[in-house]
Amino acid sequence: MSRFWRWFWGIVIGGPIAVFVVWALADNTRLFSVTLLNGLTLASLYFIVAAGFTLVFGLMRNVNLAHGSLYLLGGYLGYVVAEHTGWWVVALAVGFLAAAIVGLAMQVSIFRFMQGQDLRQTMVTIGLSIVIADLLLWTFGGQVHQLSPPGWLDGPLRGIPVINAYSKYRLALLPLGIAIGVLLWLFLNRTRVGMLIRAGVDDRGMLAASGVNVNLVFAITFAIGAGLAGFGGVVGAVELSMVPGEDVRLLLASLVVVIVGGMGSVVGAAIGAAILGVAETFGLAYAPTYSVVFTFVILVLVLAFRPRGILGRPA
Amino acid sequence: MSAAQWRKAMNSGAAAQAWPRQRRAATEPAVPAEAPAGYADQNAPAWRKWIWQRVSARHVLVLAFLIVYPLVATPFFTFQIGAQSLALGLIALSLMFLGGYGGMVSLAQMTVAGIAGYMVAIFGVSGTAEISLGWPWWVVVPLALAIATVCGTLIGWLSVRTEGIYTIMITLAIGVAFHYLALQNYSVFNGFQGLQKVYPPEVFGLNWRDPLPFYFLVLACSLAGYFLVKYLARSPFGIVLQGIRDNPRRMNALGFNVTAHRVAAYAVAGLIAAVGGVLLVWYNGLITPGSVGTSWLINILIIAVLGGVRHPIGPFLGAIVFVLLQNFAIDVFDRERFNLVIGGMFLAIVLFSPDGLLGLWARLAARFGDANARSRISTQRPASRVSPTGGL
Repeated sequence: MSRFWRWFWGIVIGGPIAVFVVWALADNTRLFSVTLLNGLTLASLYFIVAAGFTLVFGLMRNVNLAHGSLYLLGGYLGYVVAEHTGWWVVALAVGFLAAAIVGLAMQVSIFRFMQGQDLRQTMVTIGLSIVIADLLLWTFGGQVHQLSPPGWLDGPLRGIPVINAYSKYRLALLPLGIAIGVLLWLFLNRTRVGMLIRAGVDDRGMLAASGVNVNLVFAITFAIGAGLAGFGGVVGAVELSMVPGEDVRLLLASLVVVIVGGMGSVVGAAIGAAILGVAETFGLAYAPTYSVVFTFVILVLVLAFRPRGILGRPA
Repeated sequence: MSAAQWRKAMNSGAAAQAWPRQRRAATEPAVPAEAPAGYADQNAPAWRKWIWQRVSARHVLVLAFLIVYPLVATPFFTFQIGAQSLALGLIALSLMFLGGYGGMVSLAQMTVAGIAGYMVAIFGVSGTAEISLGWPWWVVVPLALAIATVCGTLIGWLSVRTEGIYTIMITLAIGVAFHYLALQNYSVFNGFQGLQKVYPPEVFGLNWRDPLPFYFLVLACSLAGYFLVKYLARSPFGIVLQGIRDNPRRMNALGFNVTAHRVAAYAVAGLIAAVGGVLLVWYNGLITPGSVGTSWLINILIIAVLGGVRHPIGPFLGAIVFVLLQNFAIDVFDRERFNLVIGGMFLAIVLFSPDGLLGLWARLAARFGDANARSRISTQRPASRVSPTGGL
């Protein structure tokens, strides 16, 4: 796109946003700041879940539509563990491990035999998502399960300049998301397995031709991706509570984050999550019945101008 | 050019993904395989020869069964089972057209159908007087069809600029986004409750919601959709579409506008799904966000895959099985575990018989049937596409 058009579209899209920000700040600074913080913390949760999704898709071209069900699985199991032991950190670990094990089982027993048949793999994940979601509904029932935050994160944090008070747990989501992001980055860029994964995302065939045990790399990646979903489930169980419909909501969020941010790119997932989380929260705060339209408009804009996503690369 | 780019250039398109395995899905030869042989009466007029060539005993039998069925079956079977399967089959037919002939599996067909249903409810008569405009049916129905087809085209335009597997993701995202929009918005879509009491109009003195007239209306629309898809598949547009499914790069090099053909396919599928959506909203008598929720988006996919995407009859077969299961599975399984049953069955189909019922039938025919069936199957197997996992 020529320079003129870039400036044109930048002003057409950025202009109204800038005007809105200035107006909202002037109108009700507290509401704006709280909404911004809410949006960023929600983006944190979306990033944790979507990072797993984009890893699996980027390397194995497997659109794992069972990702939402894995989120639910981790959340419910974490809830059970937290109720029994009273330790939230243990619940986090159990959520991660349980989802990772289920993901590993799926990859090793089913997807390994369907290499290259992307559409068929996606169908299988759809079937698995229905079955897992219904099994969870059967076991835990349809009522809301709310996990309470650990003692040291319970309650509000007072004395913040503009906002006065904000939930400690919610505020803690921000550094948690950043920590997960940094850990993922270190894993992908400073370990040998991460190097293999990045090489596989670029060119799967050459990776296999180089003598690497590709199935092992795939299994590890799927386990980590699913584990991230389960981890996000435990985190979300406190924040959003566990209800049977949450898997669809998180799946949609992951899809949009990955479409906007680009496939296979963890940094893209971070950017996409930030955009989606902030847009959704501002939509809910300032235009409640049309908040989904903002998500939709972002989706349309990205698909119209950069179909591969902001940081996406050609396959 | 990197190795990956070269491989992609050679294998671009759905053919490389080898699902369903016999990749000549839903292709009958573009021209009749054999030249018209001797007829019983060589001096018969051309139209009679055309019928002798194309229409066989099984077509006549099926048509006769479909017409006689409501006259002998109970109203429950006519309305709940018959009309519902045909309407759902019509929507799944649109997905089969896109997926089987176009290589693009779109999960937003139920969304298009839902949009048509919502437009009928909003512009026509419904129980919610504050929202419905109450226009006459001969304005409302064409308007709803037009709006839904335009929406289907727009969804297609958004989805076609990316590659194969993205289509499922993008259409699912669009479908779920529309569901949340209908759920949260009260001024236009009436939120959680949706719009109730949406009934077919009374035309020619007939109440079209009675089982018999409604069944024949749905049957007429389904037959129209079925023959439209069959005709399109052999038309130049359809052949080009199948070529684009198999190798878009090659078709582009030959000078065909790949994007335009794909968007046109979405438009046709949108029209078919819109008709199915109007019929479905008249069948249900209401439309809610639940009608366009994830479970229904995926149910349509299940119906299409269950029946098989190799031939337009597949979605209707799948719909019949789905509706029968929905109504009678509670006699065997717990009513609340219906999702588990459907999901498990879908998993079994995709794992063991990706071609669905039609594929099963073809394989049984090959094993026990005559030489004709066996030769038809073998000509459909792709020549040199050896799957890395073998089997099936």
